[in-house]
Amino acid sequence: MARKLNLRIWRGNSVDGGLQNITVDANEGEVVLDVIHRVQAEQMNDLAVRWNCKAGKCGSCSMEINGKPRLACMTQVASFEEDETITLTPLRAFPVIKDLVTDVSFNYKKAMEIPAYEAPANLKPGEARMQQVDVERSQEFRKCIECFLCQDTCHVIRDHEENKKSFAGPRFFIRIAELDMHPLDTLRNRKQKAQEEHGLGMCNITKCCTEVCPEHIRITDNAIIPMKERVVDVKYDPARWLGSKIRKRDGIL
Amino acid sequence: MTNSIERYKYDILVIGAGGAGLRAAVEAREAGLKVAIICKSLFGKAHTVMAEGGVAASMGNVNDSDNWMVHFRDTMRGGKFLNHYRMAELHAKEAPERVWELEVWGALFDRTEEGKISQRNFGGHEYPRLAHVGDRTGLELIRTMQQRIVALQQKDARDHGDAESFIKVFAELTITDILKDNGKVSGAYGYWRESGAEVLFEAPAVVLATGGVGKTFKITSNSWEGTGDGHALALKAGGNLVDMEFLQFHPTGMVWPPSVRGLLVTESVRGDGGVLTNTDGIRFMFNYIPEVFKAIYADNEAEADRWYNDQANNRRPPELLPRDEVARAINSEVKAGRGTEHGGVYLDVSKRLPADVIKKKLPSMWHQFYELAGVDITKEAMEVGPTCHYVMGGVEVDPDSAAAVNVPGLFAAGEVAGGMHGSNRLGGNSLSDLLVFGRRAGIGAAEYVKSNGANPVNEATIKSAAEKIEKPFTQTGGENPYALHQELQEVTHNLVGIIRTRAEIESAIVKIADIRKRSANVTVSGDRQFNPGFHLIFDLDNMLLVAESTAKSALLREESRGGHTRDDFPGMNAQWRQVNHISSFDGSQVNVKSQKLPMIRKDLFDLFDIHELEKYMTPEEISKGGSN
Repeated sequence: MARKLNLRIWRGNSVDGGLQNITVDANEGEVVLDVIHRVQAEQMNDLAVRWNCKAGKCGSCSMEINGKPRLACMTQVASFEEDETITLTPLRAFPVIKDLVTDVSFNYKKAMEIPAYEAPANLKPGEARMQQVDVERSQEFRKCIECFLCQDTCHVIRDHEENKKSFAGPRFFIRIAELDMHPLDTLRNRKQKAQEEHGLGMCNITKCCTEVCPEHIRITDNAIIPMKERVVDVKYDPARWLGSKIRKRDGIL
Repeated sequence: MTNSIERYKYDILVIGAGGAGLRAAVEAREAGLKVAIICKSLFGKAHTVMAEGGVAASMGNVNDSDNWMVHFRDTMRGGKFLNHYRMAELHAKEAPERVWELEVWGALFDRTEEGKISQRNFGGHEYPRLAHVGDRTGLELIRTMQQRIVALQQKDARDHGDAESFIKVFAELTITDILKDNGKVSGAYGYWRESGAEVLFEAPAVVLATGGVGKTFKITSNSWEGTGDGHALALKAGGNLVDMEFLQFHPTGMVWPPSVRGLLVTESVRGDGGVLTNTDGIRFMFNYIPEVFKAIYADNEAEADRWYNDQANNRRPPELLPRDEVARAINSEVKAGRGTEHGGVYLDVSKRLPADVIKKKLPSMWHQFYELAGVDITKEAMEVGPTCHYVMGGVEVDPDSAAAVNVPGLFAAGEVAGGMHGSNRLGGNSLSDLLVFGRRAGIGAAEYVKSNGANPVNEATIKSAAEKIEKPFTQTGGENPYALHQELQEVTHNLVGIIRTRAEIESAIVKIADIRKRSANVTVSGDRQFNPGFHLIFDLDNMLLVAESTAKSALLREESRGGHTRDDFPGMNAQWRQVNHISSFDGSQVNVKSQKLPMIRKDLFDLFDIHELEKYMTPEEISKGGSN
C-alpha cells in the first residue's frame, strides 16, 4: 500500500535556510508526522521537529502544512492528492530555531502576565460545591492543549512583531475567559484587564483562531466576543458604570 | 571546556515536569527552598497529559461506602499483593486530600448532582472512585500544576522582585548524569536540546520524576519521552531498581491503522459500559475470570448488565477486571484465531450508550477514532489490542520520604519509582500516585537539604560528564541510532513482551548486550543544535539499561503474576510473592538479586478476609498474621 510522497521541508536556522525537496514512502493510514519520522530515521538524521504524544493531546508538533497551521500528528497523508507535494514549514509567527522548530517562549512570557486563579480565602479542601452546568463554560477553555496554532495564525501578531508586546493572543484570551467564568475565582476586573493590559481590543474577530483550533474550542464566539461585549457594556452604559462603582461588583458582571 | 559551561546552584533539582515533578517542586518551594525544574520537552507537554480516565481517590462522593481501606484493598489485590504495603497505605490515605487540593488551585472536575467532584467506575476499583474531566483528566492535572507553578512564580515576582528567584523551569534540557561527591548527590549534568550547550546544576538533592520506559517497546502508548531516563540515571548513580520484570500492557490500544498502533483507548470506555467481543460475536471475558476474583465478578451477561444500574446487588462485569487479566484474555483470543484481521478484538460502546452521551463522556476517544482511524465510535465498534503502557518496576525508595535506597540526596516519585503498584497497577492509581508521592518527595528532599546542607561538585566529576556528551561526535563506527532503537524495540516486543519463556528471555539478554556493544559506535550527523539523532543516543543508552534490567529480572521470576507472564510457569506461586528483584549496575552490566518483600503490618493484614489472603500467601505467612 506504500506510496511515494513528495515533501518540501524547510531546513535552516535563524540565520539562513530554504526549502528542500525529498521523496519518502508513505503507508496507508499514516499522518504527516509519521513520514517526517521516516525522513528523520532514513535520510535526515538531524532534522529538527518537536513532537510528544502523537495523539493530538499535547500540542507539540505544531507547524505549517501547505501554509496552514496544523498539528502534524493529526494531519492524514490521505487528505492530500496523490501527486500533491506537501510543504512543511515552521510556525511563521515565532522565530525559527532550527528546521521545523520555533522559539515559542513568547507564549510562556504571556502566561506569566495573566494573573493566576484566586480561590476564596476561606475555601477548605473538599468543601467546594459547583454545578456541572457552571463548570462547563470554563471546561471548554481548559481543553486547550497549548499548541499555539491560534497564536500563530492570528494576524495581529503573525506579521506584526511590534504588536507582540501589547497583545496576549487568543490562547490567553481563553485563559482569561476561563478564569473569569470560573465559579470560584475571586479576582475582579479580569475582562477590563484583558482590554486594558492584554490587547483584547486589538482583536477584530476574524475567527482565524477558532478555525485552526485542533480542540475545536470556540475561541471567538465563546470567549472573545462575550468578553468584548461586557467590557463595552461597562464602558459605555453610564448606569452600569455607576452601579459597578457603587456596588463593587465589577468582577462578576 | 569546563570553563565555558553554564552553572547553576539550587537547593533541589527536579528532573521531570510531569505531575510528580511539578508536585514535588511546589512542595519544595513552599518549604522555602530554591528549585530547578528540568523538562526534556516544553513545559506542560509531559506524558501526564495523556492520562485519560481519572485520578483514584476514595472521597466517597458517589458511593459513601468508599474509604481508604477499601482503596488499599483494591490496590493490593490489583498488584497481586506484591506492592510495598506502606506505599499502598499512604497512597490510599492521602489521595483524597491531594485531589481536593487541586480544586483549591483551580482545577475543574466534572460534578455530581450535589455539586461535588464526580467519580467514575474503573477496573479493579470496588466503588466509583475516579475523579475526572471527561476523558482528559491528565491534561487538567498537568495544567493545574503548571498554573500553580506560575502562580508561585508570580508571587515570588511580587515578594522578591524576580519570578524565577525560587523556581525556574529549564525546558528542553536533557540530564545525562547525576553527580556525586563524598558519596552523596552533588548535582546533575546535561545539555540544552536547542543548542547542545552543556549545563551544570549544583544541588545537594535531586528528585527523579522522569516517568516510564514505554519507548523500549515497539507497541506502546507512551510518547517519545518515555525512555527510562530516571531509571538509568538512578542505576548509574548507584541506586537500585525493584521488580523491573513488571510492565503493564494496557488491554486496549488502537490496532489500526498501523500509524496509531498502540495509542491508548481509555479504560473509561469499559467503565462506562463498553463490552469486548471476539469475531464470533462472543463476549469472551466471562471465560477469563481467575479463581481469586470469582466472588466479585459476574459470570453471566444478565448480571453484568444489571450492575451498571444496581451495584449493590450484582457482581461487576468481567470487562472491568484488572488490566493484566484483560490484556492476557485479548492476547489469548487473538492467538486462538478469534481476533480481527488486524490482530485485535472489538470494543463496542455504540450499542450501550446513546451517541450524545458517548460524545459527552468520551470526547477525545470519539475525536481520536474519527480523525485517525475513520471510525465513528457512536455507530461502530473499535478494534483494540494490548499496548505497553506503564512500568510497575522502578527506583527502590523509602515509602515515607521517597528517598532512593543507597544514594543519599536522591529521591524518586511517580512512574519512575517502584513498589507502589506491585505486579500490576490499577487504572486511576497513577495520577493519585504522582500527587501523593510527588508531594512526599518534595518534603523528603527539603528535609534532607535542610539537615545536610550543600555538597559542592568536584571539577573532576564535571570533566567525565562533559566527555560523555562530546563522545558521539568523535566516534566513527557508522551505527545509526534510529536503526538500533528499532532493533531494541523488536527484541523487547518479541522476546520480553506480554508472554515470555526462558529461551526467549535468554535470547533477549544476548541481543540487548549486542546492541549495547554496537551503540558505542553510533555516529551523529550534523552539529549540536537541536539534533534529534544526537538526542536519541542518550535515550538509547537509558533504554538499553532498562531493557537489560527487565529481561534479567524476568528470567529469574519463575511464575506468572500481574505484568509478568511466563508461558513456562503459568501459575501464581505464593513463595514468589515474598520476593522482590533488585537490579543494580556495576558499570558494565546490570545484576539482579532477590530480596525479601517487607511483611505487611498486622493492622493492614487484618483488613482482609483471611480466605482471600490464603489465595496469595503461604500457610506460614497466614499463621504469622502480619508484622507488628
